[in-house]
Amino acid sequence: MKDLQKRPEGLVPLTVTQALKGLRAGDFSSRELTAAYLARIEKHNGRLNAYLHVAAEAALKAAAKADKQLVKGRRTKAKLPALLGLPIAVKDVLTVAGMPATSGSRILEGFVPTYNATSVQRLLDAGVVILGKTNTDEFAMGSSTENSAYGVVRNPWDEERVPGGSSGGSAAAVAAGLAPVALGTDTGGSVRQPAALCGLTGLKTTYGRVSRYGLIAFGSSLDTVGVLAHTAEDAAAMLNVMAGFDPRDATTLESAAPKIKLAKRMELKGLKIGVPKEYFIEGLQPEVEQAVRVAIAQLEELGASTREVSLPHTEYALPVYYIIAPAEASANLARFDGVRYGLRVPQDNLFDMFTHTRGQGFGPEVKRRIMIGTYALSAGYYEAYYGQAQKVRTLIRRDFEQAFEKVDLIAAPATPNSAFRIGAHTGNPLEMYLEDVFTLPANLAGVPGLSLPAGFDSQQLPLSLQLLGPHFSEERLLQVGHAYQQATAWHKARPERLEAPHA
Amino acid sequence: MPLSREDVEHIALLARLHLTEDEKERFRQQLSNIIDHISKLQELDTGAVQPMTSVVVEQSRLREDKAGPAMPREDLLSDAPEVVDEQFRVPPVLDGAP
Repeated sequence: MKDLQKRPEGLVPLTVTQALKGLRAGDFSSRELTAAYLARIEKHNGRLNAYLHVAAEAALKAAAKADKQLVKGRRTKAKLPALLGLPIAVKDVLTVAGMPATSGSRILEGFVPTYNATSVQRLLDAGVVILGKTNTDEFAMGSSTENSAYGVVRNPWDEERVPGGSSGGSAAAVAAGLAPVALGTDTGGSVRQPAALCGLTGLKTTYGRVSRYGLIAFGSSLDTVGVLAHTAEDAAAMLNVMAGFDPRDATTLESAAPKIKLAKRMELKGLKIGVPKEYFIEGLQPEVEQAVRVAIAQLEELGASTREVSLPHTEYALPVYYIIAPAEASANLARFDGVRYGLRVPQDNLFDMFTHTRGQGFGPEVKRRIMIGTYALSAGYYEAYYGQAQKVRTLIRRDFEQAFEKVDLIAAPATPNSAFRIGAHTGNPLEMYLEDVFTLPANLAGVPGLSLPAGFDSQQLPLSLQLLGPHFSEERLLQVGHAYQQATAWHKARPERLEAPHA
Repeated sequence: MPLSREDVEHIALLARLHLTEDEKERFRQQLSNIIDHISKLQELDTGAVQPMTSVVVEQSRLREDKAGPAMPREDLLSDAPEVVDEQFRVPPVLDGAP
């Protein structure tokens, strides 16, 4: 191909839609496409640290297999799997059989799962090629990917800054063109916040939409599987394959798998958008607020009407989250004991083996959360903390239900600020927690959310709009996101600084 | 209410975490701050509110209790730190427990 000769990395980066179109038309093969992404990974990953594991050989083999099917399909006009030949990246909290799964933790060093997560299996059945596993805050606990035991991830827009987290590796990989799309997980904002800080479209799915089987559990009543992509259209293509009932995850629903088809042109006439006053608070970076207001005005130009709404218990979302998530984590992480997999620190007796394995295997943030959770669940404190948090969680969900009686979607900032500097919050856990103040409520209520690129600040850092919808409203969210992206070009911007020569 | 060093040691024991002396002091301060923050919930009157115990909108149902294929034993044992006779090997259970 002409493009392949022009630049060593060839024709990439591409969107999912572009890649699938080119593969189907035979403009390039899956092997060429995969090799081009692997070349970019080779070139940039040393600095960005987005991937923890690159499966070059397996990926090229899978791509070659996809190419055979593609060639045959062009000849016979047979129906092909939806994502045949598409390279993707997978956050390292999801299992891929035969690839290491660390969850960003030393305690899982050397663990190679023997089975695929359901989300991964469905994507493989649809023909994807897995490039590798992406870096994450340890057990997905963090908002900057600085909590990874395997080193910080750098933001492709400014390498002195964090990419957000915990799906920071996936965000950096897609933003830097080291994968056209990546899987992430969102327990308190871990898809939407890094997507926002890296100029991407980030979809947090409704609780119950996508199976968590094979997702290394953090907070079981909050964990969701999501997508980091360039466009809403790309996210829809991934969701269509992954969604739906799975007997291995009892929280998934039979009704969770309608195929989303985005209309090319859609007027937003009749669409009612609520703007929650509690999300425009002191401490919000003025440029973030301005970008969100401009984006909302753009949605109005497309025909939507807006009105102010109130989510009165928003200020309690952070304390509720930091009781419930650590409580669930303290139970989920009890399984890491050095017996069946991962790290073991040998000791003379079993009890010391447990405590030393966990003491050495877990990093500081994970230990903090296990201890907060243990405290909140312990005798004498259970009602005051965990019991009260469960009740306030009801109030937070009710806020959303009441708002969605009046409006179809909610539009708000995704993050209080653009990407912050590496190290800015590492000494102060509470400061770091505040980064997720606008994303946590959706996880507590179980509703879906979408962050969309919405401009740049004076430092040339991406800014973002967050849309939230009622349970199972992904189609509406993605349709509005798609309409917005037809009318704007923010999602097409790529970090040029990345391509400059590096010393 | 700030945590004492004994509180931290007790929580760490319950959580099966061995902490260094430095960690105990650092976590004592950090956990005290976090617990201070989450105690904000006490200001809400929730007397009439039901706790949220399920996130799924529809009623979840039980699956059939039917045996299915299990993962191969040798695959699962391949990840274990120490194996003997197709079993996980661990240090003595009865010595040294507090």
